[in-house]
Amino acid sequence: MDKVTNILMAGVGGQGVILASEIVSEAMMQAGYDVKKSEVHGMAQRGGSVTTHVRFGKKVYSPLIKDGEVDILFSFELLETMRYLGTLSPDAIVLVNNQKILPPSVTLGKDEYPDTIPGLLSARYPRFELVDALGVAQQAGNAKAVNVAFVGVLSRFFDVAEDIWHKAIAAMLPPKLVDLNLKAFALGREQH
Amino acid sequence: MMKVLLSGNEAIARGAYEAGVRVAAAYPGTPSTEILENIVQYKDIYAEWSPNEKVALEVALGAAIGGGRALACMKHVGVNVAADPLFTASYTGVRGGLVIITADDPEMHSSQNEQDNRNYAKFAKVPMLEPSDSQEAKDFIKLAFELSERFDTPVFVRSTTRISHAKSIVELAEPEKREAPKELQHQFEKFVMLPRNARVRHPIVEQRMHKLAEFADLFDRNELILHDTDIGIIASGTSYQYARESFPTKSFLKLAMVHPLPARKIREFSARVKKLYVFEELDPFFEDQIRAMGIAVTGKEVFPVCGEFSPLTAAAGINGTEKTLENPPLLEYLPPRPPNMCPGCPHRGIFHTLKTMKLFVSGDIGCYTLGALPPISAMDTCICMGASVSCAMGIDKALGENNLGKAVAVIGDSTFLHSGITGLLDIVYNQGACTVIILDNRITAMTGRQEHPGTGFTLMGKPAKQVNYEVLCRALGIDHIRKINPYDLAQVKSVIQEEVNRPEASVILSEAPCVLHRREFKPTNRPHAVDESACIGCRACLQIGCPALEWHNVGDKGKASIDQTLCTGCTVCAQICKKEAIREGK
Ligand SMILES: Cc1ncc(C[n+]2csc(CCOP(=O)(O)OP(=O)(O)O)c2C)c(N)n1
Repeated sequence: MDKVTNILMAGVGGQGVILASEIVSEAMMQAGYDVKKSEVHGMAQRGGSVTTHVRFGKKVYSPLIKDGEVDILFSFELLETMRYLGTLSPDAIVLVNNQKILPPSVTLGKDEYPDTIPGLLSARYPRFELVDALGVAQQAGNAKAVNVAFVGVLSRFFDVAEDIWHKAIAAMLPPKLVDLNLKAFALGREQH
Repeated sequence: MMKVLLSGNEAIARGAYEAGVRVAAAYPGTPSTEILENIVQYKDIYAEWSPNEKVALEVALGAAIGGGRALACMKHVGVNVAADPLFTASYTGVRGGLVIITADDPEMHSSQNEQDNRNYAKFAKVPMLEPSDSQEAKDFIKLAFELSERFDTPVFVRSTTRISHAKSIVELAEPEKREAPKELQHQFEKFVMLPRNARVRHPIVEQRMHKLAEFADLFDRNELILHDTDIGIIASGTSYQYARESFPTKSFLKLAMVHPLPARKIREFSARVKKLYVFEELDPFFEDQIRAMGIAVTGKEVFPVCGEFSPLTAAAGINGTEKTLENPPLLEYLPPRPPNMCPGCPHRGIFHTLKTMKLFVSGDIGCYTLGALPPISAMDTCICMGASVSCAMGIDKALGENNLGKAVAVIGDSTFLHSGITGLLDIVYNQGACTVIILDNRITAMTGRQEHPGTGFTLMGKPAKQVNYEVLCRALGIDHIRKINPYDLAQVKSVIQEEVNRPEASVILSEAPCVLHRREFKPTNRPHAVDESACIGCRACLQIGCPALEWHNVGDKGKASIDQTLCTGCTVCAQICKKEAIREGK
């Protein structure tokens, strides 16, 4: 496969977006691809918006995805999804975790959290999927595994063997959390 | 050897290890911080957080004079602080190799300016390498040490946010085994920069730059990549990757050494291609030099000077236009999600109080700079580390007696130790009637909680002496030193009130650890909750911008509530509530 696959991951600081990107990048490297991944640390993490670019293929040059060429928008939060639509390719997969995290202006009662997001997305994007990753993580036994459960959902889109995913998860998590996260991953991978 | 995914910073740390570095020194600063955080895993390297970048570079220079390989790391603005030793280290040269990392931040993701530190290489007459991915980051560190020793010069390696914080695949190698230097060498002419010696060294520096320019032309990492010759692009770092991504079939001159430039290679390349572009982020650094060589190039007429590049920048500049957006926004307005002080942050109560007191706040850099943003909006200046204290002095001298009771300086503990002490000394010595609040949260919070001389531990995890701010300030000559608990708003207000109205210098020590600092932070209260029957919907509590506070449109006015998973029980909102509707939960 010569074409580079571009995943833009988006969410809110604290949701585990970066860890998810680490797992996917590690898995893709172990699957034999060239991989690059890029994000911004620092101020952005204090409850602010977080994005990370993950790219893999035969040979990857840029660590950033060119606007208009995102193949998969992998979004951990409804509102965050809406910020990056301009980066999508025409037939992008839009995979969204059905979670709302209220931004300060909403908690302060100044703005409303838009409630039309899933409808708007499904009307424009034929490949839009809404996933209850939090529910999946809770089913696996811990709400904190939401990011790995969501990676499980994402994993269905790639032809990468299950044991490679397992190795990547084991490599990226502290040993005592591995079993729980493997379970969350497996449940996520079964979602349709 | 093993292949692993490493960030640029991890790769730089690994490169230092493989190069047999003995001493590494740095002051934290995004995007450079993780270099030293990763170097500590290599036990053969002595690594330290220095109080500031000048000290870090001097420690590294000393190590190099002592004969060991040494690394100093800093963010771009850190080089401003370290500029004094830098320019003279260029004259002295080294014994053991000396490599300086400058991590630049185009787009200012986490910085107060986006200066292009390639200019420092030219200004200080020091060679500079610029990697374009993590593998090169590791390779170039090793190369930089070889060049440093071969040409007797400090060597810069420049990273940017998209190198430091991007991961790519790196092949690991075995480390070089290097013994500790056995003895010191007295080299008066080389290391004692008295005018008579410096006058001898300067021509040596000029000769060195000529030799390095010759080397640059032979250096195989300055790479000619010849494909279609209708367009040729000169680029380095991630800019090269963006351009290569957008124009895979065009010709490139990829520069690994960004100073000095390989003049012959540039001429050869320009002769081979029809249209020559220079694609460089920030300043026209190559462009100006290439033009001065009499070569026609296109650069900043089509590529921006400000902000960071992306693959789209290359395409837009070279093709003239870019296709219009296929996916316009679905919603016109999206509520923003700016960074915020954490729930329970000790800075919040201080800034809320400063706001209610309507003081002019001479501010500084750290997590507390978030106090400048709404809804708190209580900071009036933010320039560079340490400037809060000295600017307060200038304000005081400009207004004279009219300044009494109006202004205050606010500075974090790490920032105070970095460069606030000398400003305070000035206030004492030159009799400024200034009040300086030191926010001692026992850590360098903003960059991810690094140790500093006030925390009691070193980077390598050794227990260390802790600076005593009270004794320090007293020794500088401050007579009025007050301690406050930043969670006690009444105390905060009365102490600040008294001190700003005192026509003498004073220091207020605000003492409470960062809530993310596991070793120090021990919550004393349970999370708080809103008693809905007592809440009158006045929204006063929302004015402190705590992420744990939420608003619900219930009843005619609405009511506040508190997210129990986020609240630390800091009580600041409870103290603001006039109806005593916020109380400790059960
Ligand atoms: C010369 C320079 N070096 C480093 C930085 C990055 N930086 C800004 S403030 C800061 C320290 C913040 O720590 P502190 O003063 O303790 O405040 P806190 O974040 O803990 O509230 C750092 C490392 C910078 N902006 N300028």
